[in-house]
Amino acid sequence: MSCDQCREREAVIHLTQIVNEQVTTLHLCEKCAAEKGVESPGAVAKTPLGSFLAAMGKGTEQVPAPRAGETCTRCGATFQDFRETGRLGCSDCYRTFEPALRDLLRRLHGSTHHLGERYAEHEPAVDVAREQAAELREQLRLAVETENFELAAELRDRLRVVE
Amino acid sequence: MIDLSLLTDGGVGWLDASGPASHLVLSTRIRLARNLSGHVFQGRTSETEREEILQTVERAARESVLLRRATRFRLDRLERIDRQLLHERHLVSKELAGLEAEGRVRSGASILVQERIGVMLNEEDHLRIQGLHSGFALDATYAEVDRLDAELGQRLAFAFHPEFGYLTSCPTNVGTGLRASVLIHLPGLVLTKEISKVLQGLAQVGLTHRGLYGEGSEVVGNFFQLSNQTTLGSSERELLDHLAKMVRQVMDYEEQARQVLLRDAPTVLEDKVWRAYGLLRYARSLSFEEAMNLLSGVRLGVGVGLIPDVAMYTLNKLLIYTQPAHLAVAEGVGPDDAELPLRRARFVRKVLESEVGRRG
Repeated sequence: MSCDQCREREAVIHLTQIVNEQVTTLHLCEKCAAEKGVESPGAVAKTPLGSFLAAMGKGTEQVPAPRAGETCTRCGATFQDFRETGRLGCSDCYRTFEPALRDLLRRLHGSTHHLGERYAEHEPAVDVAREQAAELREQLRLAVETENFELAAELRDRLRVVE
Repeated sequence: MIDLSLLTDGGVGWLDASGPASHLVLSTRIRLARNLSGHVFQGRTSETEREEILQTVERAARESVLLRRATRFRLDRLERIDRQLLHERHLVSKELAGLEAEGRVRSGASILVQERIGVMLNEEDHLRIQGLHSGFALDATYAEVDRLDAELGQRLAFAFHPEFGYLTSCPTNVGTGLRASVLIHLPGLVLTKEISKVLQGLAQVGLTHRGLYGEGSEVVGNFFQLSNQTTLGSSERELLDHLAKMVRQVMDYEEQARQVLLRDAPTVLEDKVWRAYGLLRYARSLSFEEAMNLLSGVRLGVGVGLIPDVAMYTLNKLLIYTQPAHLAVAEGVGPDDAELPLRRARFVRKVLESEVGRRG
């Protein structure tokens, strides 16, 4: 079967989507799939991070992509670079791709909050607490909205500590 | 050829079998991943930049107490056999040593080593601060690594994010940057076929296992490296306590499995361990893998008291010196020498004869 997109290469990824209650199946080759932002489990497993994700049983899940064309202003890395190598380009990438990374970190580590030793330099302590409290409040709101009360209770306790 | 005598303990102090629970646990290793905030991550560094990183960290190391007298090895200026030697001693990762399938040594790839601690430079992260102790010694190892981290942190600007913690090139290491691994020998669980259940259980509680040489390596001789999977969302203390608790449980399971073997299949077990000893003692050709598996059998025999006269230290020594690069260097031949299996068997016979005597 040839690829629905380029009609040249062999289709290796068969993507079933449900849009407006209509089931459609798209047959794509690896290259066109990558261009569309669809990763095959095989492609995911090629990077160390991919095998980690696969081992966690989440290899085929999608990492939400940041806005198209977003590039780290410091090192020039794109999110696609990260997908391909599993490595970020510089420390600023963590800010550039923050929303997507936040989601990824949550799935990799079950948390986005560093609770270990803090590096003393460059740290305005007050801002940190304020930032953390804001983030916790947001998470708490989401937890209550989704009726995840166990998590909400834990977040409330953590918020008390931070505040 | 590098002179390993430059290292105060020859680089194998961790194998002296002096540490806690050393009948089961060979070594404990902890590493902290750190990056310099003024430089892009390793994947995007230029040769010049890696050189700068090397110099900056070396300067800080010279001013520190813990690495003031450190020995430096520039992997990018070493022959392959020497890089392999350092890797076999667990001082450098396979990646840093450029020993991976299509691997090349990256310019600037180096290590600083002083006794049981050191730093890998220009690895996946700019710094991999590491400590390696004999036996099951998470607390002692972490205390040293933590001190070195603090010393270097005072002199270097590390990339740190208020929420995400220490920033690393791969998000799997972000936060504490801490990976603690315990190298443990589990032949009882392998023989009773309980091992996959135990490993699955460990995966469920956030621990991962690897082979003898860490990431990407095969399990040989029933040696498993157990380590924490996540690095973010728990403090260093919590990560270490959790790993320690689980390792203690695995040690209990292993002891139980050995008791089951002794109770239900004593003659089979006795035959197996003595057969392993006999082969090591008299074989004329041994591949590395075969030697490892036989050493595992003898180690089990010593552990359950069936083989009385062999010291753990002797077994550890054989474990290190029968590895391909070590053997080739000791014998003064190339790593691809066709007679390596013959030389290995001769070496093992000689050590067992001189350290154990002619009985058995």
